[in-house]
Amino acid sequence: MISTISPSGDRAITVEFENEINEEVNAEVYALQESLDYPGNGIVEMVPTFRSLLIFYDPNLTGYHRLTKLIRMNDPGRVSAANAKKKVLIVPCLYGGESGEDLAGLTRELQLSESEIIRLHSETTYRIYMMGFLPGFVYLGGLNKKIWAPRLKTPRTLIPEGSVGIGGNQTGVYPIGSPGGWRLIGRTPLKFYDPNRKNAILCKAGEYIKFQPVSEREYIKIRSDVEADTWKTEYAEA
Amino acid sequence: MEDRICRSINILRAGPMLTVQDRGRTGYMKYGIGESGVMDHKSYAEANRLVGNKDNEAVLEATLMGPKIQFESDCLIAVTGADMEASIESAPIERGKAIKVYAGQTLIMGFAKKGCRAYIAVSGGIDVPVVMGSRSTNIKCHIGGYEGRALKDGDKLSLGKENFAAGEEEKLLAQYELPDDYPEEIQVRVIMGPQDSRFTGNGIVSFLTETYTVSPQSDRMGIRLDGQKIESENGTDIISDGIVFGSVQITSDGDPIVLMADHQTTGGYAKIATVVYEDLHLLAQARPGCKVKFIRTDIKSFDSSRGLWNRLAHLFRGKGA
Repeated sequence: MISTISPSGDRAITVEFENEINEEVNAEVYALQESLDYPGNGIVEMVPTFRSLLIFYDPNLTGYHRLTKLIRMNDPGRVSAANAKKKVLIVPCLYGGESGEDLAGLTRELQLSESEIIRLHSETTYRIYMMGFLPGFVYLGGLNKKIWAPRLKTPRTLIPEGSVGIGGNQTGVYPIGSPGGWRLIGRTPLKFYDPNRKNAILCKAGEYIKFQPVSEREYIKIRSDVEADTWKTEYAEA
Repeated sequence: MEDRICRSINILRAGPMLTVQDRGRTGYMKYGIGESGVMDHKSYAEANRLVGNKDNEAVLEATLMGPKIQFESDCLIAVTGADMEASIESAPIERGKAIKVYAGQTLIMGFAKKGCRAYIAVSGGIDVPVVMGSRSTNIKCHIGGYEGRALKDGDKLSLGKENFAAGEEEKLLAQYELPDDYPEEIQVRVIMGPQDSRFTGNGIVSFLTETYTVSPQSDRMGIRLDGQKIESENGTDIISDGIVFGSVQITSDGDPIVLMADHQTTGGYAKIATVVYEDLHLLAQARPGCKVKFIRTDIKSFDSSRGLWNRLAHLFRGKGA
């Protein structure tokens, strides 16, 4: 259910849903986005987030009141996220060792073996709630409580591209080299952001991600295919 | 016609922050790629118009100090925005006027005397590759502009094809735009929301009545303001959501930041209000120390002043959505 509709200046509207992070609320955001995603209504861009949809419009083609009416008409109400078909991107990940230098340390902190942490991290299908912060950075929900881990006190100055990490109750992938405080547990050979590729961004918010443990040899093979742009992204349905 | 094939300019001295910008990038914010583009749309539009360019052509934007540029071919240029005491071969040139420059001549600009950002348009536009629909530099994503970065001494930029016939040059040279004055105190109109309900009555009153000062930490990402802290009901943390060019975010310390062209696509601070589009250029030109007052306005006044008439005009021009 839409809770509030308010102007974000004279060219955008913020639509807010229930003030919580969960799959149902997030699914409503994407349902509204989808129902408004057609040409001719004056909307030029939409930015979906956890529980809000930001809609940019061309003030020459439409206005706040006209769009508010259109949004109300398309209020998705409660969407059942459970029934929707999920598109799941398979993300190969080389866990531990040099690729995930915090994994060994986490075993003591979490009282779990490396293989147990890897199993818990790779068995979950994560929803991409939103993207932001860095190009192609995914905010994933659904990390198993047993492997929640606090961020580093002092962030690293450079985390390499492709690093897979845990930060508090979140997990994700660094799409470009960046400073950051997440605990690094592995690395994916996939490029979540590549400005030279036809689709610069690998995935879409509203879709899902599942990590798949790979060996170092597999990692190298996939990475070289990715570099040559011959890698075919794998999807599963759930 | 030979010179039109390899028209170019040399950046002899870039200065602290010189970038290639156009109107900005649309449609990629949902992937975390911001809009970028010029900070001051008004000066940008003037500069392109003066040299006969199409309205979305790329220009150079200089912050606080201007560059030194050598032209490799004859062209028209126009300098708008901040007054950086531009001169060509030591002869001062006026802001807001097209100037004919000849191959080999050098444009020199200094520190901004008035305003904060200057725009340099060259006939034909700066011809860097279009990336995701725009030539604007996005430094964080390493895309657009010249190799996805700010310009450095020694960079060489190609120019596009001029957009006017040989006979039209005289007409362009006769135009004049009255240069902006950039006072030390500005008033910008805001529309309240989307998260103004997060603030106390006192907080809202402070925001709308106090005078704020532009901090030296301001940049293309945001104009940071010092002054009376803005009181919130229960902290200013929200579940991260989308941001627009002009959003007024309140940090946990109670300080306002107006998010500008290079803003993050999403953020976790409550937004008390949004600066209206037409007033953003005032903030783009506000130097550190400039006083800012926020004046409340209503979305209704924007809806009715445009609306039907513009929609009809658009349709008649054959641009109906």
